Amino acid sequence: MSIRVGESAQAATFPKAAKKLLQNTQLRRNVRRATDTIRGKRAKVVDEMPDWQALRTAAQQIKKRTLRNLDSYLVQFEKACAEAGGKVHWARDADEANAIVVGIIQSHNQKEVIKVKTMTSDETRLNHALEAAGISPYETDLADLIIQLGNDKPSHIVVPALHKNKSEIRQIFMEQMGLKELGHAPEDLAGAARNFLRERFLRVKVGFSGANFAVAETGSVCVVESEGNGRMCVTLPDVLITMFGVEKIVPTFDDLEVFLQLLPRSATGERMNPYNSIWTGVTPGDGPKEFHVILLDNGRTKVLADEESRETLHCIRCAACLNACPVYRQTGGHAYGSIYSGPIGAILTPQLQGMQHSTTLPYASSLCGACYEVCPVKINIPEILIHLRRKIVESGGAALTERMGMAVAGYTLADSGRLGTAQKLVQLGRQPLDAIGLPGWSAARDLPEIPKQTFREWWKSSRGGK
Amino acid sequence: MSTAREEILQRVRTAIGTQAPEEPVQREYRQAGTLSEEAKIDLFIDRLHDYNAEVYRCAAGEEAVTIAEALTARGKKRILIPPGFPAALLPTGPDFVRDTALDYRDIDATEGALTCATAAIAMTGSLILTHSATEGRRALTLIPDYHLCVVYTNQLFETVPEGLRALGGRRTSPVTTIAGPSATADIEMTRVKGVHGPRVLDVIVVAAG
Amino acid sequence: MLISLFITCYNDTLFPGTGKSVVRVLERLGHTVEFREQQTCCGQMHYNTGYHPEAVTIMKKFVADFWDAEVVVIPSSSCVAMIRDHYPKMAKEAGLEKEVEALVPKVFEFTEFLTDKLGITDVGATYPHSVTMHTSCHALRSLHCEDRPQRLLKAVRGLDYLELPASDQCCGFGGTFAIKNAEVSTAMLSEKMKAVLSTGAEVCTGSDNSCLMHIGGGLTRQRGTARCVHIAEILASEEGDQ
Ligand code: SF4
Repeated sequence: MSIRVGESAQAATFPKAAKKLLQNTQLRRNVRRATDTIRGKRAKVVDEMPDWQALRTAAQQIKKRTLRNLDSYLVQFEKACAEAGGKVHWARDADEANAIVVGIIQSHNQKEVIKVKTMTSDETRLNHALEAAGISPYETDLADLIIQLGNDKPSHIVVPALHKNKSEIRQIFMEQMGLKELGHAPEDLAGAARNFLRERFLRVKVGFSGANFAVAETGSVCVVESEGNGRMCVTLPDVLITMFGVEKIVPTFDDLEVFLQLLPRSATGERMNPYNSIWTGVTPGDGPKEFHVILLDNGRTKVLADEESRETLHCIRCAACLNACPVYRQTGGHAYGSIYSGPIGAILTPQLQGMQHSTTLPYASSLCGACYEVCPVKINIPEILIHLRRKIVESGGAALTERMGMAVAGYTLADSGRLGTAQKLVQLGRQPLDAIGLPGWSAARDLPEIPKQTFREWWKSSRGGK
Repeated sequence: MSTAREEILQRVRTAIGTQAPEEPVQREYRQAGTLSEEAKIDLFIDRLHDYNAEVYRCAAGEEAVTIAEALTARGKKRILIPPGFPAALLPTGPDFVRDTALDYRDIDATEGALTCATAAIAMTGSLILTHSATEGRRALTLIPDYHLCVVYTNQLFETVPEGLRALGGRRTSPVTTIAGPSATADIEMTRVKGVHGPRVLDVIVVAAG
Repeated sequence: MLISLFITCYNDTLFPGTGKSVVRVLERLGHTVEFREQQTCCGQMHYNTGYHPEAVTIMKKFVADFWDAEVVVIPSSSCVAMIRDHYPKMAKEAGLEKEVEALVPKVFEFTEFLTDKLGITDVGATYPHSVTMHTSCHALRSLHCEDRPQRLLKAVRGLDYLELPASDQCCGFGGTFAIKNAEVSTAMLSEKMKAVLSTGAEVCTGSDNSCLMHIGGGLTRQRGTARCVHIAEILASEEGDQ
């Protein structure tokens, strides 16, 4: 089986990658600025919603219900979609999914496909597979276009090029689009993308999209976007292929009323994103003549099997947890070595990819809880991080020094007499503290003076052990 | 060898296992508005202004004059209309082209599109199109650079749940919700208006007769 | 009221002054404080780092040590958060549900004990210094402390309270995080120190000595103008102390 989450299996460990990125002051400034902006906007439009917590609760319950009955909802979706003229495919893993896409495009003798931002296709590395088959994938989302033209990696799940500022983007566009002149305003850059892609939208016969939600009841698929590139991709081509993870199902059409309120406010701090497209199968005289859906597993059923962490699959990819995360704020997304970065990446990548590939990710958090606070579907990310740490420790994945330190500490703390003895040792010198790896700490911080007397000693001497 | 479908469904069933009974979904969020009719319309217009849309208000029967006014203000002379757009609403003067089966490139060459809508949501400033004969196929309000939309006050709802539920049987037609002109926040997280969809959106709010 | 003090393992070892201050405040308010000498730790470090069985053993000990206390007061938000947020789930595995369920509502963080349980904001303290406050993540998001510590501080005579900018940002401590991801932690710390220094306060206080040790350790290294002091020590101060 080839479960794949982009190139995460080959990625450097988090501390190593982070250390390098921390040197990049421009990138860090860009990330800080962008996340500050979005956090401010989000806070404003969330605060004006008196029923925000009720919406979060409903969303969490809907997602729970979905997962609890996922098999029947998938079958229900398949049936409804097929009845409306869609064709449903199932893909166990990345290679199987890519092969289905390539097969459909080749059966129409096409060499090009226009794509709207799809995390699952980054997961399966679809573009790579398409290129290998001689098919050119064109990313049409502005940020994805920046990444594709700049030969870069996404660093954020909603705004993949968040680490780039406008002058860097301008540079990439001028070079890659062959423009001699280009204004400096964001409007000019957006205009350049419009001109660059317009001809492709009108020409290319195959479109590819993901889905934010898929409705079991009606077989409908929903894509949430801003630029209109999504509408172009799902409307203009003759053939449309839509791929999404099996967890993207919601039971009923009415459930959309919950998510379409939570998502834009959480993701971009807007009351509503400019466009939502919802379509059901094929509509004669309007849009594609052929519609394929690919339901992707690629590790999701493994996540589903772990009761303690299955709520990871509730995620609606709004990135609010990234924007709120003080760790992400410092490093940006590349440190996570995966297309899924930030707090959600720290729990999702190891579970999808297999824990052995990403044992440092669950530790890439101070457990401050900012992610949980903003998550629109109330995923308790800190709890899941701790759960994954436990799994790493139980499978022997922790460093020997750490295991020994923890064992000694556990033994010491199980008895106040032993604790007293250890405290004496600490007072005699700093050795025991340094021994568990405090050099990293001491590079930038002093350790406190070790007091001559512990509290319990003081109590005993001043209160006579009363 | 089992098919991918069977295998995935089997994995799902094994993963779910047997679980505690299902919890009900509590829908304690707002499902109905509380504003007066006038306040609701004001809110809608306010939201549209937020998106830089130009908003016109008129009484039933004044649609044609208002359409003429809006198009003149934008200097638009040649406008696409959906096949079922009511002829009675069309002013004389501008050149209206009915979309029958125009090529996408022909659509691209026009100055804009004029359509009706199925519903609208005040809280979010959204127009909802279900692409009926008066709203046109999706390409019509996507490819041209200008969209003028006529919406009636009895199509306007305060909250998102009300607006989506108003679609009724039309929810399985293609549905597009539109909140302002196309935009992007991809450059330094600031909303920049005008990318691939229409860069200019105007709305005529007609008091339902 | 007979108040049982859970000092926490690191306060016991590294910050005994905080414990003494808690005792001083509570006794000044007319309460009796007991210290159960068999106590050790809440198990937080083990739990958060993934050492579950060790954490459960420590939890069992905590329950055995304190099950019959009238109230337990702890001068550390993160240890209270550990007990409130994680003990109930851990108890299920350890078969201690009833005991934990009975004990958890009797456990209070020091400042919330003053404001919520005793209903006091003026504890009769005098502290003639300018003070800003770092609200630890556990106090903020788990204990939902809101402005309780600030209310206590503002009632202290002579104290000039200065608001900390970006006060909801983590200082970067996070237990073993500061060691496993020392560089990122340091970057988070610099932002926090910048915020503290921007207030011009002489003292940065808080309800968690772990965060304060982190911020304070950075400040002394940089020879910053501010020092870190646990809120209990401020609330214990009387005229003539300083
Ligand atoms: S985990 Fe929650 S906050 Fe993070 S991306 Fe997913 S839904 Fe958004």
